[in-house]
Amino acid sequence: MARLAMVIDTAKCVGCMDCVVACKTENNVPEGFNRDWIVQDVQGKFPTLHMEIRSERCNHCENPPCVTCCPTGASHVHEYGGVVLVDHDRCIGCKACVASCPYDARFIHPDGYADKCTFCIHRVEKGLEPACVAVCPTRCMYFGDLDDPHSTVRRLMKERKHHTLLPEGGTKPHVYYLT
Amino acid sequence: MNAVSRRKFLKIGAGTVVGAAASVGALHALQKSGALNALAGERVKGLRKVPTFCDMCFWKCGAIAYVRDGKLWKVEGNPDDPLSRGRLCPRGTGGVGAHYDPDRLRAPLLRKNLRGEEQWVEVTWDEALDYIAGKMKRIKAQYGAEAMALFSHGIGGTFLKHLIKAYGSPNVSAPSFAQCRGPRDVGFRLTFGEDVSSPERTDIRNAQCLVLIGSHLGENMHNTQVQEFAEAVENHASIIVVDPRFSVAASKAKFYLPIKPGTDLALLLAWMNVIVRENLYDKAYVEQYGFGFEPLAAEIASYSPEWAYPETGIEPKLIYETAREMARYKPATLVHPGRHVTWYGDDAQRSRAIALLNALLGSWGRKGGFYTPVSMDVPAYPYPPYPKSEKGKVDNPDHKYPFAHETITTGIREATLTGKPYPIKGWMIYATNLLHALPNEQETIRAIQNLDLMVVVDVIPSEIAGWADVVLPESVYLERHDDLNVEWFREPFIAIRQPAVESPHEQKPNWWMAKKLAERLDLGHYFPWATIEEYLEKRITSAGLDYQELNAKGILRGEQQPIYFDEGVTAEFPTPSGKIEFYSLQLAEAGFDPVPKYSRPPEPPAGYFRLLFGRAPVHSFSRTQSNPILMDMMDENSIWVNADVARRYGLKTGDRVRLKNQDGVVSNPINVHATERIRTDCVYMVHGFGHNSKTLKRAFGKGASDAQLITRYTTDPLMGGTGMNVNFVTFETEA
Amino acid sequence: MNEIWNSRTNPMIDPTLHIWGWEIPVYLFLGGLVAGFMIISGYFTLKGHHRHSYFSSFYLPHLSLIFLSLGMFALFLDLEYKLHVWRLYTTFEITSPMSWGAWILVLVYPMLLLNTLVSIPEPFRNRIRVFDRFSDWINRHPYLIKNIGIWNMIVGAVLGMYTGVLLSGLAARPLWNNSMLWVLFLTSGLSSAAALVHLISTDKVERVASARADNAFLTFELLVLALFIVGMLSSARAQQEAVFLILSGPYAAVFWIFVVLLGIVIPLIIQLLAVNHKIRHTPVAPILVMAGGVILRFVIVYAGQYSHWAQPAMSF
Ligand SMILES: Nc1nc2c(c(=O)[nH]1)N[C@H]1C(S)=C(S)[C@@H](COP(=O)(O)OP(=O)(O)OC[C@H]3O[C@@H](n4cnc5c(=O)[nH]c(N)nc54)[C@H](O)[C@@H]3O)O[C@H]1N2
Ligand SMILES: Nc1nc2c(c(=O)[nH]1)N[C@H]1C(S)=C(S)[C@@H](COP(=O)(O)OP(=O)(O)OC[C@H]3O[C@@H](n4cnc5c(=O)[nH]c(N)nc54)[C@H](O)[C@@H]3O)O[C@H]1N2
Ligand code: SF4
Ligand code: SF4
Ligand code: SF4
Ligand code: SF4
Ligand code: SF4
Ligand SMILES: [Mo]
Repeated sequence: MARLAMVIDTAKCVGCMDCVVACKTENNVPEGFNRDWIVQDVQGKFPTLHMEIRSERCNHCENPPCVTCCPTGASHVHEYGGVVLVDHDRCIGCKACVASCPYDARFIHPDGYADKCTFCIHRVEKGLEPACVAVCPTRCMYFGDLDDPHSTVRRLMKERKHHTLLPEGGTKPHVYYLT
Repeated sequence: MNAVSRRKFLKIGAGTVVGAAASVGALHALQKSGALNALAGERVKGLRKVPTFCDMCFWKCGAIAYVRDGKLWKVEGNPDDPLSRGRLCPRGTGGVGAHYDPDRLRAPLLRKNLRGEEQWVEVTWDEALDYIAGKMKRIKAQYGAEAMALFSHGIGGTFLKHLIKAYGSPNVSAPSFAQCRGPRDVGFRLTFGEDVSSPERTDIRNAQCLVLIGSHLGENMHNTQVQEFAEAVENHASIIVVDPRFSVAASKAKFYLPIKPGTDLALLLAWMNVIVRENLYDKAYVEQYGFGFEPLAAEIASYSPEWAYPETGIEPKLIYETAREMARYKPATLVHPGRHVTWYGDDAQRSRAIALLNALLGSWGRKGGFYTPVSMDVPAYPYPPYPKSEKGKVDNPDHKYPFAHETITTGIREATLTGKPYPIKGWMIYATNLLHALPNEQETIRAIQNLDLMVVVDVIPSEIAGWADVVLPESVYLERHDDLNVEWFREPFIAIRQPAVESPHEQKPNWWMAKKLAERLDLGHYFPWATIEEYLEKRITSAGLDYQELNAKGILRGEQQPIYFDEGVTAEFPTPSGKIEFYSLQLAEAGFDPVPKYSRPPEPPAGYFRLLFGRAPVHSFSRTQSNPILMDMMDENSIWVNADVARRYGLKTGDRVRLKNQDGVVSNPINVHATERIRTDCVYMVHGFGHNSKTLKRAFGKGASDAQLITRYTTDPLMGGTGMNVNFVTFETEA
Repeated sequence: MNEIWNSRTNPMIDPTLHIWGWEIPVYLFLGGLVAGFMIISGYFTLKGHHRHSYFSSFYLPHLSLIFLSLGMFALFLDLEYKLHVWRLYTTFEITSPMSWGAWILVLVYPMLLLNTLVSIPEPFRNRIRVFDRFSDWINRHPYLIKNIGIWNMIVGAVLGMYTGVLLSGLAARPLWNNSMLWVLFLTSGLSSAAALVHLISTDKVERVASARADNAFLTFELLVLALFIVGMLSSARAQQEAVFLILSGPYAAVFWIFVVLLGIVIPLIIQLLAVNHKIRHTPVAPILVMAGGVILRFVIVYAGQYSHWAQPAMSF
């Protein structure tokens, strides 16, 4: 069983939002909505500052509250790679999943269903990288299978310090940030 | 060729670039036969990939446009392209929005009322072009051809430049010189005899120590530069960033120097002082290639870090440390020359100081420093020679600015205002929004009042278009051919721009406009080709290359060649002495400092802050604020104010203020961004917002315009560049 | 504290979550109210009260049917994809409180219906034969009546709890993520229900009884609220910040004045005086209690959406 994950090197990310634009065009994300976004996290006092820049999106959590709270089964874990997806035809737009996501990664698509990052499963199943990963001009995003001992993501996780978002939430995110 | 066989092409085309290009070829066959208009109704099923190159800025990255069922879907980088290496920057990726922008110009417009009132009548192309040609003939008859000036920025202008030169005027200019990189190229020419040029010949990828002086890579998204910057970060290059603002680049740096704005020259002199005093410079290199090192050494002996401290606000310790750090990694230490360097009016000398520092470190011509760019040899199209102008260029009368080697936009504006050295009566403006690009917009507007003819070629109703007599709507880059991109870079290559989709309305490509105008001006013989494909094919075949292959791939790459001295590139310095000029006799003769001298910039008046400006990664100048995709990323700019200053003024992030400059000019309301990331003596905003053209619906009134507040500028005595970081603003809270 | 900037500006999400408007609080209130009704009417049915009063065992269940349907309509209005509402009943998602809720409602309706059949008042007899026959049959088997009473109380209690669990299940919102919330909503439902019975019951005994009960419920509700707050204050940073939203933050005024003072304390005092014959029974107290019940749901739903684990970003 594959366990797909995204590893993002915050040391290289410049916060250019190319990943956000690419997601827009690749997935026709409607105007005003975004599946991924940039966070600039600044600590300290001028001029001794530290800034972490993160490209954030659905973490495709291993314990996804958005799936457990869904009354219709529309939110589900895809059989391949543990990707968390929404089946538009089953979704009633009750917004429980939106409220249940500690990362506010979801939104209600103008067509009425809950929407979010899909890890570009439609590309991944064709052997392509997710659009955001493929476009990143700093090549700071890596995508792959954590269960594959030879994957780059696995190697980076071994070699580099990393963290996830709100680990205390117990959601077990599968988007990792190298520091 | 008929529609059926076209479908066949598409079948092959689906997925493969080659087939795609074939289908593109077919597309033009159809365009010519007019069959496409017949086809236009029904959507063409399937996916087409059209290789072209981006025009969201001037970097010209190789791109591939995806057309799904006849509609533009997305644009990706062309993996064969050495500039983008298959990855566009956010503006390039968002280029799709330029095609779908609902505010685009649709048909030629003729002015109805007074200039600037934005009152138009839609006219046909014939009416518009006849009007322009008529006026141009009259101007030529009355004042001579030189009275017609062309402002043109970017590769799209090639054919209009050709037209104006054929018409007989040498007055062709772009803001990329006097408002951008001019001082840098002059400073480097005076030192090494050569420009840094664009794309910059900086070997960032291989630098072991990278010094960025204001170059805000990561916000400045010149693709290759940013990609190589990320590589440098990954290679743990030692990065030194000098910026009054904690830029994105600064957040990646080992050393961050929060310099007082306008004092970089003091820092540069102090660095050189340490490097020379402590014998840290590349002796062999300096002895072999240098001229006048001794006088330089003598001159800088007094500029110690202790001296620089009160000027720059940078601790001497930090200056020593960073100077030694640079020396440690020489010659693979790149002191980046910057690009937009028209800051304070002493910019050519500051740039020369940067060149000198690089020379001391021996980085010019060396790996990790400045490589020697190479290019493919593609002959120009064999046109008849241009008529000789006996009046000469208007922008720089009797070489007031002795070292200006390109035409000065603001010089043409000056001449248009004063009529000296001779009157300018016609402006043709291609792809440059002069009201945002030139300092002091009032001067520009007054100059426009002296014109008999003002033509603007644009894709959207920009501010400058609002002042035109005739506005010509151009097809966006994804809908047109342009001239070849024969690039000077790490490796030789050429790229072709070709249309992926049809223009939605009456828009036409610039080559078509130029040719049609030429015919009306009896200059048809300067445009001997029937279509641009014919022009392109001739240029490419005359270079011994295959047109079809270029169409298919979008890019043809040449043989790798040596690009470093150590690889066998002969070190040539086309200066008067034929060497690297540490001491410049040219400058001395012209009455300037042969070695740069520092002079202190004026302080802001009490209660005022120096207005700084720069780039946002998702926008290009003032040209992307009506792009639906890019505006979705960032729909207004904000004013960066130091957190403590904000507290003093009772301002918090999100508050709306107006900015008032030293001359009482007041800006649109703008959001406060209270942050630790900037000094207390300056404020910062992203350039290009605050549009006031009413028909730019999406952009109108969004954010504030730095250009509007730049009423003052200091002109560089060496080359006429306009330093714009010399304005001061205060807050007006009742917004 | 860090200076955080976030590029995201998704509708209903940023700067803070605001996906739920009036519909959900109204639904939760009516759900709680009906839960209270079922417990009260179930209780009276169990006690065989239907023999001398039709109110609690006939009119009250009917009233419940109406309120419940109104509540469900409010919920329906909140759905973003209404055409798919039937999807709720194509599956049972064991981990989803909302799925539980959907199915509980399927139990509530028959229970209420049964209760109405325990005793049909004269004017309504001979309307629908089957009902009359069924009612007679039930009355021939008293243990059935007791069961109907008991089951109405049980299902009512489950319904009442569910209205709280629906929110407390959403762990991402610290204010909701609290084990006391279901108790709070259940008691609040009971107090509102008792208040309404007190207000409109045709039967003197029931009126007085419900007034007494209401005082008990209100007192208990105060206790529960206290525990709720103390619990939050003694938990993680996020929960403390969350509870301060209603203690001293943007929702404090509404909470203290309308929920605590006017919704619980004042009516409690009035009704204590009333049951001890110091003052006459008036509609004032019951109305205050119910208003307090509605506003409680609004405060919790709104402040809950506002509460968050991650440090909020600068918004501009
Ligand atoms: N205040 C201030 N002034 C500056 C700068 C600054 O930062 N602040 N930066 C300076 C620098 S570095 C530079 S390089 C210059 C840039 O100055 P400009 O090159 O003038 O840049 P823009 O402001 O984007 O204006 C470009 C114009 O071309 C139009 N355009 C875009 N695409 C096309 C096309 O395909 N065809 C045609 N015909 N028109 C098109 C746009 O709509 C817009 O009106 O500005 C300089 N001036
Ligand atoms: N996304 C995007 N990228 C672009 C462009 C764009 O429009 N959009 N335009 C391109 C073009 S043509 C150009 S020329 C470049 C321009 O971009 P660059 O040449 O990289 O930067 P500048 O515009 O010169 O200056 C902006 C930076 O200089 C700092 N600065 C201001 N005053 C001083 C000072 O006195 N000393 C020092 N050390 N720093 C100072 C500012 O804080 C800011 O970080 O960007 C290019 N890249
Ligand atoms: S594209 Fe890459 S560098 Fe740019 S913001 Fe996204 S992750 Fe960061
Ligand atoms: S990030 Fe949010 S939406 Fe994505 S899986 Fe985790 S909980 Fe669900
Ligand atoms: S909104 Fe759709 S996906 Fe989310 S919980 Fe409700 S039904 Fe499931
Ligand atoms: S993986 Fe795909 S869907 Fe998710 S953010 Fe990246 S581009 Fe968007
Ligand atoms: S740098 Fe960006 S905008 Fe400029 S050409 Fe390349 S992709 Fe296009
Ligand atoms: Mo520039």
